[in-house]
Amino acid sequence: MVAQPKTFNPPLRSAAADLPTGAEILVEALVYEGVDAIFGYPGGAVLHIYDELWRARDRITHYLVRHEQGAVHMAEGYARATGRVGAVLVTSGPGATNAVTGIANAYMDSTPLVVITGQVPKHLIGTDAFQEVDTVGITRPCVKHNYLVREARDLAAIVREAFHLARSGRPGPVVIDIPKDVSAARSNYSRLDHVGFPFSTATAPLAADSVQQAIHLILSAKRPVLYIGGGITNSGAFDSLLSFAEALRLPVTPTLMGLGGFPSSHPLCLGMLGMHGTYAANMAIAESDLLVALGVRFDDRVTGKLATFAPQARIIHVDIDPANIGKNVAPSLALAGDVKQALEQFVSLVQQQNDDELQQSVQQREPWWDQIRNWQRQQPLRFSGSQEQIKPQTVIRELHRLTGGEAIVTTDVGQHQMWVAQFYPFTKTRQLITSGGLGTMGFGLPAAVGAQLAFPEQLVIAVVGDGGFQMTNQELATAVQYGLPVKILIMNNGYLGMVRQWQEMFYDRTYSEVDISVAPDFVKLAEAYGAAGFRAERPSELRNVLKAALDHKGVAVVDIVVTKEENVFPIVPAGANARDMIVQ
Amino acid sequence: MALEIGNRQLEIGNTMRHTLSIIVADEPGELSRIVGLFSARGFNIETVSVGESLDPRWSRVTIVTRGDDRTIHQIVKQCERLARVREVQDVTTRPHIEREMALITVSASAGADRQEVLSLVSVFRAKVVDISHTQLIVEASGNKEKVDTFIELLRPIGVTDITRTGYIAINRLAVSAGEKEVSGNDATEERFERTFS
Repeated sequence: MVAQPKTFNPPLRSAAADLPTGAEILVEALVYEGVDAIFGYPGGAVLHIYDELWRARDRITHYLVRHEQGAVHMAEGYARATGRVGAVLVTSGPGATNAVTGIANAYMDSTPLVVITGQVPKHLIGTDAFQEVDTVGITRPCVKHNYLVREARDLAAIVREAFHLARSGRPGPVVIDIPKDVSAARSNYSRLDHVGFPFSTATAPLAADSVQQAIHLILSAKRPVLYIGGGITNSGAFDSLLSFAEALRLPVTPTLMGLGGFPSSHPLCLGMLGMHGTYAANMAIAESDLLVALGVRFDDRVTGKLATFAPQARIIHVDIDPANIGKNVAPSLALAGDVKQALEQFVSLVQQQNDDELQQSVQQREPWWDQIRNWQRQQPLRFSGSQEQIKPQTVIRELHRLTGGEAIVTTDVGQHQMWVAQFYPFTKTRQLITSGGLGTMGFGLPAAVGAQLAFPEQLVIAVVGDGGFQMTNQELATAVQYGLPVKILIMNNGYLGMVRQWQEMFYDRTYSEVDISVAPDFVKLAEAYGAAGFRAERPSELRNVLKAALDHKGVAVVDIVVTKEENVFPIVPAGANARDMIVQ
Repeated sequence: MALEIGNRQLEIGNTMRHTLSIIVADEPGELSRIVGLFSARGFNIETVSVGESLDPRWSRVTIVTRGDDRTIHQIVKQCERLARVREVQDVTTRPHIEREMALITVSASAGADRQEVLSLVSVFRAKVVDISHTQLIVEASGNKEKVDTFIELLRPIGVTDITRTGYIAINRLAVSAGEKEVSGNDATEERFERTFS
C-alpha cells in the first residue's frame, strides 16, 4: 500500500476544483446580463478571462480591436445605436489608460457602458508592478461608479449592479477592475436578481402639481420654444414629443445630442441651436418668453454667455439628473424625472383641455410663427457653391440624397460634424451618433463599426475629418476582419479645420500648427487594410464616386478633397450671446 | 442678487458656511470619491471628518464648505449622484450641534505663562494632556468660535503646533410635543424636493 502524502486532502480539493473561477463567473454574469458582443484587447492581467471567453465564444462574440480607445468607441456606437449597454474588456495599465478617453466620452454623452479592466494580482497592487495603474482612481471622475473586485465571490453582485447603474437613471459608463488572482480564484456562483444598492438609481416620480403648472405655463405662452437634447433619445420620448409639439404647434430646436429626437424635416423644427445653430433657432431662444428644456443640460456650446441666454424667458427644465437642474441655469419650474413620462403627462393634460382653449392657445402663437418664418427666410443655412472645388456642405447634402435620409451616421468632431448636423436632416432617434460633450476626435470610425455590428443590414456611414480619421484609422482592420461594411467619408481639407477657422476669425489668420496636408494617400491606406478606396476631387465626380462607395459591399473609404478654407456658419463666438451671431 | 429656482429664492453670491452630513457606505475609496467630486467641480472644503455612523456599514462624512445657496444645492445634488451615498443633509439649515477638537502645543515654562495657560484651560473647559519643563499640550473642544477664540488667546503666550479634527455635527433633539422630528433631509430641502420632483 502506498502512503498518501500528509498534506493531501482529497474531499476539500475536489470540492474547490468544482467551483467556477472568477473568470467563469464573470462570463456567466455577462451572459446573464444579455451581453452577446464584447469589444476588447487582451493582455497579461486578463489572460484568465480571455481563456474563458474563448470557451464561451458561441455565447459571447469578442471583437478584437487594434487600440483600446477603439474598443470603447465601438461599444459606444453599439450602445447608442441600440440603447443597450455596451461591453468592453481591456487589460491593466496601458490597456486601461487607453480606454479612458472613450470612458470619459461615454460619461459626457450619457452612454451606458460596462468596461472591464484587468488589474495586477492583489498582492502586487501598490508596488508599481508591471502594467499597474490605479484604474479606479484614474477613472473615478468620469464614471457613474467603479469597482475594484477583491473577491471572486463578489463578482456576480458587482456585474449585476454595474449593468443596472449603467442603464438606469441618466445612463453612463461603469468600470469593473479585476485583479488577475481574482479572475483565477474559485468561488460559488449563483445568479442574482436583485441589486444591492437600489437607492442610488431611484428616479422620483414627477410631481403632479408641477406637471399641471408646466402645462399652464406652456398653454399661456406667446413665444415658447421646446429645447430638446439627448434625454429624448435615452428615455425613448420621440413619439410623445412629436404628439405634444404637434398638438400645440410648438417650435422645436434640438441640441447636437438631440438631433433625431424630433424630425429635422418637420415644419415645427427650427434646426439645431447653439454655437453653430440656425439663425432662426438662436433668435427664437433670444426672443422666447418660455423655454421648455427637455432632457438637456444647458451646455456652454448651447447657451454661450449664460447671463444673456434666453433673457426674456421663463424656463421649465425637465431632466432625469437632479444635479443638472439649477447647475448652469436657474429654471422657474423644475421637473426632475423621466422626460418621456413628463411628455406623456403633458399630452394627456392637453387632451383634457377643451377645444376652444386649445384653439386659442395655438392661435395666440401665430405672430410668433410669423416672426420665426421671417428669421428662417432672412437667414437660412447657406453656403456658396463652386464649380471647381467640392464644398463640404454639398457632400453632406449629396449623402443625404443618396441614402434617402435613412443612414446611421457617425462623426468625429469639428467642422464636418457641424456640417452633418446642419445639412443631414435626421428624422429618427439613434440615427446620428456623434461625440458631443467631450468632443473626441477619432470617435467616428470605431463608433460606426459598433453601430454596424448592431445593425448589419443598415447603411452605416462615418463622416470624419482628415485629422480625426488618423487618430483611429487602425480600426479599419477591425472592420475588415469582422466584415462590418462601414463607409468612411473623409472630408479632406488638409487642415485641422475647426481650429483653423477659429485662428482665421479670432487670431488674425495665424495658422499655428493646423496644416496636416502631409498625410497618407487615403485610397492606398484603405487598400492596404483590405478595404476599398475611392477619391473625389472635382464636383462633377462627387455623386458617382459617393454612389460607388455606398454601393460597395465591403468596407469603403472615400477621400473627398474639399475646399481647404471653408468656414462653418452661423457661429456664435465662445462666451458671446445669440445676437452676436456671425452668419457668414 | 437673488435667483428663483422652483419658486424658491436662492441667494446668489451670498456665500455662507454650510455643514454637510453625508452618509456613505463604508467601502474602500468612497471618501476619495466624495472629496474628488469637490475638487473636480471646484467646490471648497474647509474641514472634513469621517467616522462610523450608528450602523457600522455606513460612515458619516462631515464636510464644512462655503458657498451661496445655488452652489450648496449643486453640491448636495452632485453628492447624491454617487452610487454609495445614501443621504446628504445640509445640517446648517436646522438646529444642530457642531463640535471640533483641537490639540495645541503651547510653550510655557513654570511661572506666569504656565499659570495663564492653566487659567485659560479652566475658563474654556479644556484639558492639559501632556506637559514638559517648557511646553504643554492642551486639548480643547467646542464649536468653531470657542476653539478659534481659545487658540487666539493662547497665541501671545507661544503656540508652537496645532492639530484640529475638523467639524462633526448632529441634529438637535425635539423637546416640545409640537416639534416635529425630521429625519432624513431637512425641512428646507424637503420643500426644495417638492418643487423639484
